[in-house]
Amino acid sequence: MREMIKMVVVLTALAAFSGGLLAAIRNGTQEQIEIQQLQFVKGPAITQIMRGASNDPIKDRFKLEFDETEKSCFVGKFQGEPQAVALETYGKGYGGDVGVMVGINVKKNSFQGVWVTTHGETPGMGAKAKEDPAFVSQFKGLSLDQAPFKVTQDGGQINAIGGATITSRAISKAASEAVSIYKDHESKIKEQMKQF
Amino acid sequence: MAKTLAQEFTKGLWDEIPPFRLVLGLCPVLAVTKTVENGLGMGMATTFVLLCSNILVSLLRNVIPSKVRIACFIIIIATFVTVVELLMQAYAYPLFLKLGIFIPLIVVNCIVLGRSEAFASKNKIVYSAADGLGIGIGFTLSLAALGGVRELLGSGCLLGKDIMGPSFEPFTFMIEAPGAFVALGLMLCVMNFIGKK
Repeated sequence: MREMIKMVVVLTALAAFSGGLLAAIRNGTQEQIEIQQLQFVKGPAITQIMRGASNDPIKDRFKLEFDETEKSCFVGKFQGEPQAVALETYGKGYGGDVGVMVGINVKKNSFQGVWVTTHGETPGMGAKAKEDPAFVSQFKGLSLDQAPFKVTQDGGQINAIGGATITSRAISKAASEAVSIYKDHESKIKEQMKQF
Repeated sequence: MAKTLAQEFTKGLWDEIPPFRLVLGLCPVLAVTKTVENGLGMGMATTFVLLCSNILVSLLRNVIPSKVRIACFIIIIATFVTVVELLMQAYAYPLFLKLGIFIPLIVVNCIVLGRSEAFASKNKIVYSAADGLGIGIGFTLSLAALGGVRELLGSGCLLGKDIMGPSFEPFTFMIEAPGAFVALGLMLCVMNFIGKK
């Protein structure tokens, strides 16, 4: 009995210590991680989506509260006016969350572009979604009225990557989510975009 | 313990150099050694985890009940691995992107658990620290050497610099996974040959 209690106490104490340490380090590094992600992951994705923009969409950003989560929105200027906005959403992939940067052209009510940011998908299979832009380019120019977006296997309009249906689904879902966030907060987003 | 502190440290560099002598922890060895840089990064992350977990396990060796020791070791190791992951994300993001899934997988690297179980749980803190550091540096050197061979043959570069000249036709097979097995096998062979003398 005594040994039993000792085991429980030691394990609990260790786990509590571990939790505390990790929480502290996470809090301490969160800001720095965000900066790094902006530079190395979101930055290239935004540049791809906003190709041809006359401003720097990474600098021209605002934060908005969407249903209790704060997201950064990146604004792209085309033909002299802020036409496109990009925000990041996530879908459940094969190896955890797949981060997707979704660019929406507010004026045309269509996708400006979609680009994968972070993922833990299998190299050579799901990871193709990031390496080979053929898949994500299917979204470009699609009208937002076609939402929700699905892969053809599920009766949708997006051709899945061969051997990576789960990843393809995750990205389609993330894109649909971005659209629904945009639709729900359209007036707020448009209001914010005017300042650029 | 008959060995001195220095011996505990240096054994990891040759006598018990992990991938070649112990032939342990081969998953990251084969997977991330496409370049010297990746090998070094992975090696340093593992060294940090080894050193910290060895010290903590040794510190707690009289407190941890033997029946749940493995669970305790895993908690300790997993904590330090997550610390490394967070720090790497914060300060070495490009490296983190390259190593990706293999950083969290250090938790199940049998070298780390092996040193906790076989050494740190039975020895004093300084010896455990020396052991962890030695094995860690040995592991780092092995990864860097293997990465060097593969990078040199596979892409004609070392640390991203082209050193073989334009006439060199890259032997891309070495960058692929089977090339890792072949390179590791050949290096094991050389190590054994030298060791026999």
